[in-house]
Amino acid sequence: MNHLIILPIVWPLLVALLTMLPPFDQNLLLRRCLSVGGSAVLLLLSVLLVLQSTDGPAQLYQLGNWPAPFGISLMLDQVSSLMLCLTAILALAASLYASSSEDERGPFFHALLHFQVMGINGAFLTADLFNLFVFFEVLLIASYSLLIHGGGKAKTKAAVHYVILNLVGSALFLFALALIYGASGTLNMLDLGAKVATLSDTQLQLLQAAVALLLVVFGLKAAVMPLHFWLGNAYSAASPAVAALFAIMTKVGIYSLLRVFAMVLQDAGFVASWVFPVLWWTGLVTIVMGVLGVLASEDLRKMASYLVIVSVGSMVAILSLGTPQSVQALLYYLLHSTLATAALFLLADLIANQRGKAGDRLVNGRKVAQPVLLGAAFIVVALSIVGMPPFSGFIGKLLLLQAVPQGSAMLWFWSFLLGSSVLLLIALSRAGSILFWQVSGSDSEARLTGSRRGTALLLLVMASPLLSLFAGPLTAWCQAAAAQLQHIATLSPGAF
Amino acid sequence: MELLVAIIIGVLTCCAVFLILRARTFAVMLGLTMLSYAVNLFIFASGGLKMGAGAVLKATADYADPLPQALVLTAIVIGFAMTAFLVVLSIRARADLGNDHVDGKLPVAKNTRQGASS
Repeated sequence: MNHLIILPIVWPLLVALLTMLPPFDQNLLLRRCLSVGGSAVLLLLSVLLVLQSTDGPAQLYQLGNWPAPFGISLMLDQVSSLMLCLTAILALAASLYASSSEDERGPFFHALLHFQVMGINGAFLTADLFNLFVFFEVLLIASYSLLIHGGGKAKTKAAVHYVILNLVGSALFLFALALIYGASGTLNMLDLGAKVATLSDTQLQLLQAAVALLLVVFGLKAAVMPLHFWLGNAYSAASPAVAALFAIMTKVGIYSLLRVFAMVLQDAGFVASWVFPVLWWTGLVTIVMGVLGVLASEDLRKMASYLVIVSVGSMVAILSLGTPQSVQALLYYLLHSTLATAALFLLADLIANQRGKAGDRLVNGRKVAQPVLLGAAFIVVALSIVGMPPFSGFIGKLLLLQAVPQGSAMLWFWSFLLGSSVLLLIALSRAGSILFWQVSGSDSEARLTGSRRGTALLLLVMASPLLSLFAGPLTAWCQAAAAQLQHIATLSPGAF
Repeated sequence: MELLVAIIIGVLTCCAVFLILRARTFAVMLGLTMLSYAVNLFIFASGGLKMGAGAVLKATADYADPLPQALVLTAIVIGFAMTAFLVVLSIRARADLGNDHVDGKLPVAKNTRQGASS
């Protein structure tokens, strides 16, 4: 067995525990070094796993060496390794950014950050539905604490909603799991996929009830309409590094939808007959709700939160097509949109710091102290999100558009996606011109962006041109990942 | 026995939904606790209900499904921790926001006196 597979779960746990032990618990500098270093090692590790998974078969890791349907298994395939890599990049940027001042507000910031990364990585790696629930809870309880880290009214208020909603979601998830176990007698993803074809009609009905509950749970995590109302307040109230890390949280929901519906249950008849249509229409409406939110936003952070919803809507809609081409487009777009929105969260904070009292609200304010650096970063991120060439958003949206089959689906999706892009262009250019050009009052005396914050921002902003520069190999890689995902579904757990 | 267990789970879930839809954090917390009771019973029943069977492996081949027992144990622990977190958060919200409404502010009462035909 390849023990490297479990390291993305064990390593963040180890780093998190170390940050709470002497000498790290007393010394902020040491703690910062450990946290950033730990994230960097995690990035190396996940790059290694990406290389391992490329062109190879999917690997199964049996915890405690228990045989497949009985023990807990972790699975490394191209899709999960990609998600691990993305998480590690965000973790590195977040820990670096937080090291400049955010982590001074509480002793456990870095520990919580790594616990959250552990939960996210676990959710990406697991091949067992109950284990997915457990890792959801790990990442959630860390995210609850990260959300209110620093304190304040806005954070507490957002956290109460976020925690209650997610607790209800967890209870529904457990109902769904019990139903799945009652209907099929297994919770292992591969085993379930193999057993679906043999289920009787009564069992299939139970399974469909479970699937309906799973849709609600994953939809809540991914912030799909009508379960998206928590996101705007939670993400804009969170401190910037946390919000940047949270950019991956909605993608955990998307990833779970992908795993369960595009892989495990892809041959079940009911998925095509009602699950995918539900996802398709809710996805399209989510785009509209997101765009409305972006247009109505009064500050840049809120705008970034609603941009997350827009991207979630397009990803959910494209996921419901269920073809390898749509999965390929989804993976590339997921990479792009996660990194771009994370960059925008960091950027919003940097801009807010230099505009005095106006903060990141879209009103007249002081002149930004570093207009060239922040302006350039804003242009790259905004153009990338809108989907203008030569940045990654253009290629991502092009892939999405191409993945839609001809016919009425094309009419709906093209008009929604292109219409939303135009409205985003208007909203973002308005925001940019107000923030950078509508200046009044004295010059800013705010502190300049430090090297740590600058590096973290650069790491995320540079992702967009790099993604479009290496779009050829990347899309080919995503295509292989999509093909592999379809292939895995035909395997039984014993086949590894 | 199946009917009895189903009714118990149903009643618990009903009460839980009613309480969760209340506006005060304390009621919501009670509701979530009840929901986790309901879900724990539900998981427990998912392996099939059996009378007089061994806990795991007895000399006889007749034993209860052990997996739901393991699942329910995990669910109880996690549910307990999450509820504890919510209790602390609610107290914090009460202190920070000045009231125990889930939205952080009390709704403005249009008519403080209950009308005869409300």
